[in-house]
Order: sequence, then C-alpha cells, then structure tokens
Amino acid sequence: MARMISYKQAINEALDLEMRRDPTVILLGEDIVGGAGAPGEMDAWGGVLGVTKGLHAKHGNRLMDTPLSESAYIGAAIGAAACGMRPVAELMFLDFMGVCFDQIFNQAAKFKYMFGGKAKTPVVIRAMVGAGFRAAAQHSQMLTPLFTHIPGLKVVCPSNAYDAKGLLIQAIRDDDPVIFCEHKALYGSEADVPEESYAIPFGEANIVRDGRDVTLVGYGLTVPRALTAADTLARSGVSAEVIDLRTLSPIDWDTVIESVENTGRLVVIDEANPRCSIATDVAAYVAQNAFGALKAAPQMVTAPHTPVPFSPVLEDLYIPSADAIVAAVHKTTGPVKSAA
Amino acid sequence: MTNNPFPLSRDELLTAYRTMRTIRDFEERLHVEFAKGDIPGFVHLYAGEEACATGIMMHLTDIDRIASTHRGHGHCIAKGVDVHEMMGEIYGKVTGCCRGKGGSMHIADLSKGMMGANGILGAGAPLICGAGLAAKFRGDGGVGLTFFGDGAANQGTVLESMNLAAIWNLPVIFVVENNGYAESTSVEYATAVDSYVDRAAGFGLPGVTVDGTDFFAVYEAAGEIIKRAREGGGPALLECKTVRFFGHFEGDAQTYKAKGENDHNRAHRDCLKLFGARVTAAGVVSEADLALIDREVAALIDDAVETAKGAPLPGARDLTTDVYVAY
Repeated sequence: MARMISYKQAINEALDLEMRRDPTVILLGEDIVGGAGAPGEMDAWGGVLGVTKGLHAKHGNRLMDTPLSESAYIGAAIGAAACGMRPVAELMFLDFMGVCFDQIFNQAAKFKYMFGGKAKTPVVIRAMVGAGFRAAAQHSQMLTPLFTHIPGLKVVCPSNAYDAKGLLIQAIRDDDPVIFCEHKALYGSEADVPEESYAIPFGEANIVRDGRDVTLVGYGLTVPRALTAADTLARSGVSAEVIDLRTLSPIDWDTVIESVENTGRLVVIDEANPRCSIATDVAAYVAQNAFGALKAAPQMVTAPHTPVPFSPVLEDLYIPSADAIVAAVHKTTGPVKSAA
Repeated sequence: MTNNPFPLSRDELLTAYRTMRTIRDFEERLHVEFAKGDIPGFVHLYAGEEACATGIMMHLTDIDRIASTHRGHGHCIAKGVDVHEMMGEIYGKVTGCCRGKGGSMHIADLSKGMMGANGILGAGAPLICGAGLAAKFRGDGGVGLTFFGDGAANQGTVLESMNLAAIWNLPVIFVVENNGYAESTSVEYATAVDSYVDRAAGFGLPGVTVDGTDFFAVYEAAGEIIKRAREGGGPALLECKTVRFFGHFEGDAQTYKAKGENDHNRAHRDCLKLFGARVTAAGVVSEADLALIDREVAALIDDAVETAKGAPLPGARDLTTDVYVAY
C-alpha cells in the first residue's frame, strides 16, 4: 500500500531511523531544535524550514543547536567524526559554505589521504540548495560543482522523497564525508516511501524514464523539469530517456554512456552556473568516451552566468525550464525532425 | 636519598628531559639536513619551544586528543608519535607515518590521539571542539587541546571555537604558543591586546600566561587546567610565552629579528639548559644522567635519519589510493 510522504518528512525519517540504530549519530546546526535557552518552547523550529522538527523529543541532547559560527560547528562535526562519532551537521543554506569552507575542503576532505589512509571522517553536511524561493543571490545557489571538484568529498542531491530517505541513510552510514544537498523547492514534493529503513548505494544513477531518441541527464529539481519536458517531447514523437544522477560524486558514468550509446543524443540539465559545472563535466565525459555514438553535439541547459536574481520574473528565467530543455533537445534532433 | 623538590618523580624528570632533547635534536638535525637539499617542501622548526609541548603532554594519555600546527614536530614527539615514522614522512618515504602523502605539515597518528599537524592556521580549534564533544558524549574523561601560535590566535576559527567550547562546556584547552612572531610579523603589531588571557576572558574562559621556556611553569599550569577540564570544569586558555630559535621556515633569513636575538635566546632562554640546571642543582638528577640521555637521543636521531634516507619511496599506485574509504 502506498504511503505518500514529502521529501522533507523523508529526510526527518532517515535521521530518526539512523539515530535509533546508531548512538554515535548526533545532529548539530543552527536552530535545528529551535528555542535553545529561550523562555518559550524547545523544538520551536526544528530547523529553519522544520526538517528536523520532532527529533528533539525523541533523541534529546543528541540534537544540539549551535551558535551562528559555521566554521566552529562544522569543524566540530568534522573533528567529532575523526574521533568516532557520526555527526550530521546542518549548514542551513549551502551558500553559507563560504564561511566554513576551509573545514570542509582542507580538513574533512583531506584527512584520509594526507594522513596516509589512517583517518576516517564519517560526517554528513546537510544543506539546502537551489533557487525558486525568491531568496536571492546568497540563499539560492546550486554550488554542487564546487564540491565535486574536491577529491575526498562525496556529493549527493536527491530529486524525490524516496531517494532522499535512502540516500541520507547511506550518507550517514558512509565512512567518507558527504555533502547532502536538499533542494528547497522539493521539500513539499511527495512520493511513495516505505516506512522501513533502506539505503541507496552511491554512484548508481536512476533511469526514471526510458526513451530511444535522446538522453536527458539531471539531478535535484532538474529531474522533474526533465520529466515535464519528456512529456512535451513525447507529444511531438520524440522519445526521451531521463537519467537522475542522484549522486554527483561518485557519479555513474556507465549508465550515462550506455544510454547515450542507445539514443545518440545528450542534453544535460544543471541548475548550477554554466562554467565548470556538472553539465560541462557530463558533456565532456560523453564527448570523450562515446563520441562515435553521438548523432549531434551534446547540449547543456544551465542557469546563466549570473548570480541568482531576486525579482520573481527574473528568478523564473534563471532556473532551467522544461521549455528550455525541449528547445535544447530540438537542437540535437534538428528543427523539423520529430523522431529518430 | 635526595629530597625531590619537584612535582615529578626522578623517572618523570628524566622522561621530560628525554622528550625535550629528542625534539631539540630532531629539529637541529632537520636544520642541517634541509640545508643539504635532501628534504622536500616546507619545514617549520619547533626548537626553543620544547618545554611547552613537553610540559603539557606529560599530563595526557592516548585517549586525549591534540590538534597541532604547521610547527608540529614537537607536539608529535611529545604525544608519542614514532620518531622513525616522522622522519620517514618528512623525507617523503612510504615508511612515513602518512606513507609520504602528508609531509612535515600533516604528520598525524590518530592512535596516539594526534589529530594532525595542520597547514591551515587556526584550523585545529574547531576540530578539537569536535574531539571534546566526542569525549563528552562517550564520557571517557578525555580532553582535547588545540595548539596555535600568536599569529593564528587572530583567526576567526579560534575565536568562534572559544565561544563554542564555553557554551557547551567542552573539555577543551586552547594553547597559545606565543613566540613573538607570526611568520615575520611581531605580536605587538598584530594583536591588539597585551595578553591572550584577556581575550579568553571575553569568551568567559579562564586563562593563565606562563613562561614557556620554564618546563615547570608550563607543567604546573597545564596540570591544573587539564585536571579541571577532565573533571567537567570546562575549557580554558594557556598562553606559553616562548622563543623560536630558527626562522618561520627553513630558509628564512630572519632579518626581522633583532641583532643577536637568537644568540641571546640560546644563551639565556634555552628551556633544556634551564631544566638541566634546575634538576642538577637540586641533586635529583646528575649531569651524567643527562649526558647519557643526550647520547641515546643522538643515536636515535642518527638512526632515524639514516633509516629515512634509505627507505623506499612511494610507488606510482600510491598516488591514487587513500582518497576515500570506498568510492
């Protein structure tokens, strides 16, 4: 029997299940409980958008509200991970990485290598990503490429509630540092999510729609956008395969290459800015490794090379749209050709 | 039997001397070997500051964690990291404690509670808050100490961490090794307050300043602070005013120092000479006891250098291993 819950609830459930299973799992972050030391209720917020609401009642002081000191508490989560804990730190908005990036990329990411393989840093850093909330330039970015560039980090960005639960459980059990990107525009999206615990392995893309004529590759919010585009394309006789990468580091090259070898066309959709992005990465890999299979140049649909704008009319133009995806597909099939 | 006026037994005094002598000889020897061109990269020597690491670390065991600095050889030795493995690492050999992948600035041995030298100034402070948090959750009585210089004391990470440690009452000690220079910049120029203890007070932390060239002053102050943290009394700051015999890095001409400053420090502020004079004058330890240790340490360092020089280099496959636990 289907049990529909939201992306946000699925994340809450994953945290709850892992905290029950493993006493070394602790949660740190700004307002993840809410109301610490204040005269009113504890658990007033459960995170700025309520993702961790209710966990304090179940797990008490294993959830710790932090001061507004990202370097200190993200670093403390990393240090605790190196000392045998499995902390899940919430950075609130991934845009705030600028304040604490040293701890992430010079410390957590490098311990294992720079200490000759002896260190283990099982920390998860959860953060909201993406545009669509009219939150402007410093609360809306898709900064995933900055993290995929760093060896030692794993980068996850689920597109739906089912994946959010399974990928977060895997992230917490994983022995490497994981940047877990939650698209804020997807928090309310619902899917059939089993009550029991399950882990989705990293590095396994999901073919969310089969197709023959073109491969659409995306992650996060661009996956539902690609599915909308695929519906439109189907009406004009173009059969689009949609691949959800799910994890960006590691990345499932095999599934992408296999799909392009079948379809002969590639459109990568990435909400990040265009230069040195997930889109360029996938396009370059396919061009290098499946050039012979391509019937047309790979196309990229990305945000423009601008900060995220505030005014709703501009922000809507900024985020890759289903129409832009359809137009990019038509560039690969030719203007009049409707099917391969 | 001679009356022992010190808070340490004769054996402990000899151990303290051996640790300080090992650090000194390790660093003096690196100074010589680096000049020959055999050692790759950057090397920052701890010579002159031995009493700080030793006086503090004698209160710690392997369950206690430290976060060190780019000037970390002394912390490593005092925390019990193997001298041969350290030397191998500094020479970039596969026998090094980090298999040649870390080098001088990243020596670590987590089994000894040594969470790493660190090339980023002030980065150890947040990490040691995590170590303190882990110890608190486990309830194992472990403490965490982060070392930083007078320069890194001005990093935001250190200041944020003092506040975090204070509000969470973490068993964490902030140790400022104030050698008077942030690279080439004087502490008087770069730090607005006269004492780092005043700064700690701003975060609600107790603190004490000691003469970092006086082993006994460091030992006693550290002992109180560490005991207090271990018993749940919370974080504190220890400022050790010390001297750096060499430059910021090997190859530094040190023209920013006063003329004769290094000679003066070696003559009058050498923690090993001061320690030796105190313990022999009290009749607890003889000159011969110290001379024996000197010979043993010299042999150890000789062997460590010769072993490291002869050790195998990493292979090409080592380039791409150890990035992830699983990928």
